[in-house]
Amino acid sequence: MSVNYGSKRIVVGAHYGLRDWLAQRVTGALITLFTLVVLSQVLFTSGEIGYDKWAGIFSGQCMKALTFSIFIALTYHVWVGVRDIWMDYVKPVGVRLVLQVFTLVWLVSCLGWAIQVLWRL
Amino acid sequence: MTELAKKRPEFRNINALVDLPTYRLPAAGFVSILHRISGLVMFLLLPLLVWMFDTSVSSEISFAKFKAAFNVGVGFVPGIVVQLVALVLIWAYLHHLIAGVRHIYMDARHAVSKEFGKSSAVVTLVLSLGLTAALGAKLFGLY
Repeated sequence: MSVNYGSKRIVVGAHYGLRDWLAQRVTGALITLFTLVVLSQVLFTSGEIGYDKWAGIFSGQCMKALTFSIFIALTYHVWVGVRDIWMDYVKPVGVRLVLQVFTLVWLVSCLGWAIQVLWRL
Repeated sequence: MTELAKKRPEFRNINALVDLPTYRLPAAGFVSILHRISGLVMFLLLPLLVWMFDTSVSSEISFAKFKAAFNVGVGFVPGIVVQLVALVLIWAYLHHLIAGVRHIYMDARHAVSKEFGKSSAVVTLVLSLGLTAALGAKLFGLY
């Protein structure tokens, strides 16, 4: 994507542009809106919320597709945020690389599980 | 060299364990570090969240198991531990969300001033803790 690989760029770094900053805000806003959508369905449901009503929120095809995108947005959001934590506090490149790989495996595993749950509904 | 110049303080890297506890943070500083801590907590507890999603939506039987986890517990974990962890997750989500909205608002409106930084930080802390208390009371069956 970028052709300008300056001398100070390192393989476990980031923040070489506007992209992560904007992505963090866009994904955050999407997750907030999704939270409000789910919350309003819970709040405006009359009577006690049992299995049918709760699972019913996620069972429509539109809601499944939306929830799927939110899972992706959440995964990217967490990746940027947790990577920032490692970049601030962990200075040795090798340790940071191990932590970043762990973060990705952790996230992608959770994402796969969540998508499986969603699409067998 | 004058006497004054010799006494100039020397700043080196701080020691996290010795120096950090003595720092007195402003409200915005608390919001900032708690934003980070709440995010990391949710990252580490992500498998638990997916498990909650899985058990609560998959079937009637798993939904019953999900509800029972908060009362009688699940596996070797007693219900009170599940409730407390859920309370931590509720706080982490609320704080992270409200602090995030504060970020977006400041970016969009260019609302960067010392006064707004402080007042919005106080609002963030009051809202997140207040809502956590309200939802926590529901979680522990007080109403």
